[in-house]
Amino acid sequence: MSSDFYRELILDYYRNPRNFGKLDPHDIDARDTNPLCGDEIEMQIRVSPGKDAIEEIKFIGKGCAISQASASMLTEMAKGKPLEWVKGLSRDDIQKMLGSSDLGPARIKCAMLSVKVLKMGVYGYLGAQHTEPSD
Amino acid sequence: MRKEMLESTKPVDVERVKNDFPIMSRKVNGKRLVYLDNAATTQKPKVVIDALVDYYSRYNANVHRGVHQLSIEATETYENSRKKVAKFINSPSHQEVVFTRGTTESINLVKFAWGAKFVKEGDVILITLMEHHSNMVPWQLLAKEKGARLEYAPITSDGRIDMGEFERLLGLSPSLVAFTQCSNVLGTINDAEKLCTMAKKAGATTVVDAAQSVPHMPVDVQKIGCDFLCFSGHKMLGPTGIGAVYGRKELLNSMDPFQSGGDMIKEVHLDGARWNDIPYKFEAGTTNIADAIGLGVAVEYLSVLGMENVRRHEVELLRYAFEKMSRIPNLTIYGPMDLESRGGVVSFNLADIHPHDMASILDEEGVAIRSGHHCAQPLMEHLNIPGTSRASFYVYNSTSDIDAFIGALLKAKSVFCV
Repeated sequence: MSSDFYRELILDYYRNPRNFGKLDPHDIDARDTNPLCGDEIEMQIRVSPGKDAIEEIKFIGKGCAISQASASMLTEMAKGKPLEWVKGLSRDDIQKMLGSSDLGPARIKCAMLSVKVLKMGVYGYLGAQHTEPSD
Repeated sequence: MRKEMLESTKPVDVERVKNDFPIMSRKVNGKRLVYLDNAATTQKPKVVIDALVDYYSRYNANVHRGVHQLSIEATETYENSRKKVAKFINSPSHQEVVFTRGTTESINLVKFAWGAKFVKEGDVILITLMEHHSNMVPWQLLAKEKGARLEYAPITSDGRIDMGEFERLLGLSPSLVAFTQCSNVLGTINDAEKLCTMAKKAGATTVVDAAQSVPHMPVDVQKIGCDFLCFSGHKMLGPTGIGAVYGRKELLNSMDPFQSGGDMIKEVHLDGARWNDIPYKFEAGTTNIADAIGLGVAVEYLSVLGMENVRRHEVELLRYAFEKMSRIPNLTIYGPMDLESRGGVVSFNLADIHPHDMASILDEEGVAIRSGHHCAQPLMEHLNIPGTSRASFYVYNSTSDIDAFIGALLKAKSVFCV
């Protein structure tokens, strides 16, 4: 990857992350780490009354500029979106969001950690909902 | 003594050495390769690469079994390699050198073959806070399996073992003391001889993790007085997948086998087997013949350079790097700053630049360093940092490599506006 990636915008999200913090109450809480890098992301989500969209989302974490900027930008993008939208998130979507055409194999994992956490949380929530006997 | 040593030293001719390494002619991202990730693995000289090709092209055969010509040649070269490795660490006998896949397997061999037999419930196992995961997790598991207690000797603020605490913990009469001779993160060179003497006095069996010391400085197992010493070939110009554990003869003889199968037995009957002599007792199955031969050649290469010269070369690189790095504001270096008690490893952080971002920016300049927790998470927690960037030196590194490294650091500094 090229160091041009570290534009002002990415550094700003790294140093002043939007939607950083805990969310209470929340319906979804998911966390994962990248053991190779030690990057950590935890996301908390409040689901809309219709149980089908992301009403509010926050994250906490630590790690490199790519992982933290990616998580922060993703929370901004995800807010208000249907839960189904999360399922379709791809590697290209994230690279586009970060403004990079190719992060390369070594760093793409940093960018994708936040997507992994978001999907883990939403899939878990949908899975739990599907097995609810009241449904 | 000291004067004699100085007189017998001859500086490493870096440009000549560099020419021995085919990889040094390649470009990375359009730039000259500046390889400073030697604590992770080292590059290979042509003689080592050729030795592998030569084995497979001319005398590939299984060892210790065949009576045919190829097998005789393979066995002889393999066993000669063991003798070279034994001599390199001044082992009293080549029978006390067991080939393994590397340091991790060497430590696991001690855990499974010695620990399983001799560590008892309620025993204390003493290690230090600066250990690599490979000299920590096996002992955590052994302690759990045996109901033993694992104690960690803390470290001082400048990254040395806290000797007062170490001594106090020895008062618990540990059955095993394991420590690194040179930290892969802090670069701290521990006085292995002193630590082993103290541990022995307390009645402990000693294990030295020498993954970062055997490649970089003279190591003499008899002088250290350790029971076991573990190291890897790939960190000392040798191939991957080969390493060794030195073990004192009487200990190796008293231990049960590590893995079992062919070559490690003397005779097998339906109701049991009799173990082979050491070191073969611990080398079950077909061993990594080619890479063991390659390691022998690597050891020869280093011996020609002279390990005292290798060490002096790294101290000079360290001195040069420290001087340049100290001029960069907001740059923190971890570990002792005293050159004589430090290996050629520099872990650092620059302002709020995360080590992975640092490594990416340096990579763009052709400079290869390591970033992260370096398999020492408890140490990172102790230092209260997520990780570090780490530059580590070897025989083919020159001051111009350090200049390139410093140039790349300054670029990272400007990219991150710090």
